[in-house]
Amino acid sequence: MSPHAAKSFKVIGTRVVKLDAVEKVTGAVQYLPDMEVPGMVWGKILRTPVPHARIKRIDTRRAEALAGVLGIVTGYNVEQRPFGYAKDHLALKRDVVRCIRDEVAAVAAETEELAAEACRLIEVEYEELPAVFDPAAALRPDAPQIHAQFPGNVVSFTYRFNAGDVDRAFREADVIVEGTYTLQYVTTACLGTMAAIASWDPRGNLTMWSTTQIPFLYQRDLAEALGISGDRIRVIQPPVGGNFGRGLDLYPIDIIAALLARHVNRPVKIVFDRDEEFLASPTREPCVFTLRTAARVDGTLLARDARVIIDNGAYVSWGSTTPYVMMTTLAGFYRCPNVRFDTAIVYTNNVYSGSMRGYGNLESTFAIEAQMDDLAERLGLDRLAIRRLNANRPGDVTPQGLRITTCALWECFEAAERDIRKPVAQPPRPGWKRGIGYAGMFHVGGGARVYRSDGCGAIVKLDDFGKASLITGASEIGQGSETVLAMIVAEELGIPLGRVEVVNNDTAVKPWDVGVHASRTTFIAGNAALLAARDVKRQLLALASEQLDEAVSALDCEDGFVFVREAPATRRIAYEKVVRAGHFREGGQILMGQAFYDPPTQMLDKDFRGNVSLTYGFAAQAALVEVEEATGKIEVLRVASAHDVGRALNPVGCEGQIEGGIHMGLGYCLTEELRLKDGRVLNPGFLDYKLLTAPDMPEILVTLIETVDEAGPFGAKGLGEAGTIPISAAVANAVKDAVGVRLTELPLTPERVYRAIRASISTAGT
Amino acid sequence: MTERYPLELTVNGRRIRREIPGSRTLLEFLREDLRLTGTNLSCDTGDCGACTVLLDGQPYPSCIMLALDVDGQEVTTIEGLAARWQAQSGARPPELHPVQRGFLEEGGAQCGFCTAGVVMAAAGLLEAHLQADGAPTEAEIRAGLEGNLCRCTGYTKIIKAVEVAAQRMRAERRART
Repeated sequence: MSPHAAKSFKVIGTRVVKLDAVEKVTGAVQYLPDMEVPGMVWGKILRTPVPHARIKRIDTRRAEALAGVLGIVTGYNVEQRPFGYAKDHLALKRDVVRCIRDEVAAVAAETEELAAEACRLIEVEYEELPAVFDPAAALRPDAPQIHAQFPGNVVSFTYRFNAGDVDRAFREADVIVEGTYTLQYVTTACLGTMAAIASWDPRGNLTMWSTTQIPFLYQRDLAEALGISGDRIRVIQPPVGGNFGRGLDLYPIDIIAALLARHVNRPVKIVFDRDEEFLASPTREPCVFTLRTAARVDGTLLARDARVIIDNGAYVSWGSTTPYVMMTTLAGFYRCPNVRFDTAIVYTNNVYSGSMRGYGNLESTFAIEAQMDDLAERLGLDRLAIRRLNANRPGDVTPQGLRITTCALWECFEAAERDIRKPVAQPPRPGWKRGIGYAGMFHVGGGARVYRSDGCGAIVKLDDFGKASLITGASEIGQGSETVLAMIVAEELGIPLGRVEVVNNDTAVKPWDVGVHASRTTFIAGNAALLAARDVKRQLLALASEQLDEAVSALDCEDGFVFVREAPATRRIAYEKVVRAGHFREGGQILMGQAFYDPPTQMLDKDFRGNVSLTYGFAAQAALVEVEEATGKIEVLRVASAHDVGRALNPVGCEGQIEGGIHMGLGYCLTEELRLKDGRVLNPGFLDYKLLTAPDMPEILVTLIETVDEAGPFGAKGLGEAGTIPISAAVANAVKDAVGVRLTELPLTPERVYRAIRASISTAGT
Repeated sequence: MTERYPLELTVNGRRIRREIPGSRTLLEFLREDLRLTGTNLSCDTGDCGACTVLLDGQPYPSCIMLALDVDGQEVTTIEGLAARWQAQSGARPPELHPVQRGFLEEGGAQCGFCTAGVVMAAAGLLEAHLQADGAPTEAEIRAGLEGNLCRCTGYTKIIKAVEVAAQRMRAERRART
């Protein structure tokens, strides 16, 4: 029996008000752009207008002469070191620019307007070089070379995975389906843009206020880029207006803010404006995903064979590592014994791709789930029956060695089907056809060991007012980590949520953590918080045992009191009194528990095998759509989304993550595309980059299925990305169901759908 | 020297007189001159609604309005919304506006960057409906918030929060009249 099953909870599983909600609904919250540091000036970055060129000359004299300008940095007047995952660029470019976001200079001035004006006065002479924007073209031998040290424009990471005998499986298969799926550039489009404030003290210590979501790796990477040691950098994370993976890397903005601040000896603030955010914040990597699937006549999966070409853009950030996740889904989602995966990650002169919620999994899932439907159609099987036949089950080990423990994938499909079949209020419209589509999801849910540690530290301090402070390594980026972690501490210590405070935004105070990614925070930071709370509780009971003159084994605690189990009403002592007794006695002590939780998992080895997560998350979504045949317009009427969450610690938070994830995934599916032409972003604004609005959103029915995973805090698994991952596949399958056409390119614009419908009619006619 | 022009208006119930450059937007005036930073700058083109404030009770995006254009008007920002409600309903401080309470109870805010703008747009919408003793339908709420982008919530909990607020405001008004 699970260690979490028997207990009834007071805080866990209840609908609570988010800890930071009052500040947010009253406008009291202070985001980074709201902050001022004494003596602060404004920084602005000048970018190249041409995608590939040699820098012949930079003349900053006219800009420097402008009243109110404090100083200008370029790649030629400051010392900097290469940064990024492949160390393939400098924050301020020297000699060559390789994409139109490239930073060539930055100005510090008394106001933001003056800094912008000074940027316009900087003269840069470029000698344009031939450029390449299409990954397939970039792979040709005569293509322009983007980095001398990476010949052939191939990023030097290989992700080649092989399990079983794929060729034989395809030879012996009863049915084979194949397809090529073209997936576009999209971006996080956070409402709050990227921002940084850099401030140096006279001893050479740097404080950064940043929108990062990986403060400790950022601290290390920034130190390296600046050529100082990490202990000189303190990172503070004010509330941030969304992140969704945007803050997973170190970017030029942070390095430039630090360089400028040092150059002018004043704190410097840089805030991206909206078009700069579209241009110079990370994107999801566009890719062309070619997949073949082989199956037996009864629908049993035999093999998958995939090759993915990824447009990396001009520099390497996390976009180039998404194949880790693509591969894991390809080899692990549904039972499939024979798997081959390969990828080419290609440098182009496009803006460079980073990480974004779902991280490679949307792409794999889109291809896999299209082919599950295609297989069902070819074999004359029910679409859900083929999924049930191949669904992952508890105890499965994937070809990569991922160990599946709790798994309610099929139950998720049942719940999604139940909800999508419920009657719909709107009657069908003439000229529109309805269809239902399904797609499931498999993702890490118990951390993800992509770094040598997958750990998080936590400290719980109990004070002389009976209040607990959780000092956690985890970062709050709006996803609600602060609230769910506080709920865990409140539950474990037996105090109301209102008596837990969370400190989580300062590297000088908080213990180490890898960062926010891979839906890991509730699971990893939650376990750390739970262990730290247990540690302080042990100390509390030990101290109380002296005061109550009873053995620790005779004591328990709840509702802010330590009590003798035999006489709970009469022999009890409030936490604050226990803490004060510690302060007042000779020798004294404080009550502070600590823990570092790092799950017993493995990094993928050189053959890409290893159990990267301690448990895995599953979900299934169903979409009900209407398609207007005359125009190709799609309307999504309802989404049913069922999730194996282990345990829903904070149900409001779970639903919020899922509903928001669906918004992001539906945008990917229907409307969002960062359009590039010759390396230029054509739609750097909300008017042309279409986020779905309130009237665009369908009814969403969420089901949370509790499998109570014994590895998770109170049984919970991660789910931050889950809502985003399957929805585009579910909608594409629903469109197929409605009008009979298989769309393989996102977004599913009316034009694409219309053309596909026309093509199918003309094919049917011949 | 940039030429300055006189501006006189009411912000959150307080009379304000300033001399400002003609190019100053209402949002800049609120955030930088008055340090009311609860209203956020997100797109600067009037496309996202994050900067929505009430002008004489009607929601407007403050990033594309010149401050001088609202001379003589009454501006309410997120910082003044609770007081506006208290004045309308007789509620006592620190009671929040029903839309704010709805957001707390239903989980309408995640990162919170759009929240001030959405809350103001919803408050304007509900005030307009309340004048006719009505409450908007779900479709009317969605349509009323079309100009407000949110990247975190999928709008589901926002719409629920506004529905809850609408019911509460109507009940409160009926109890009072």
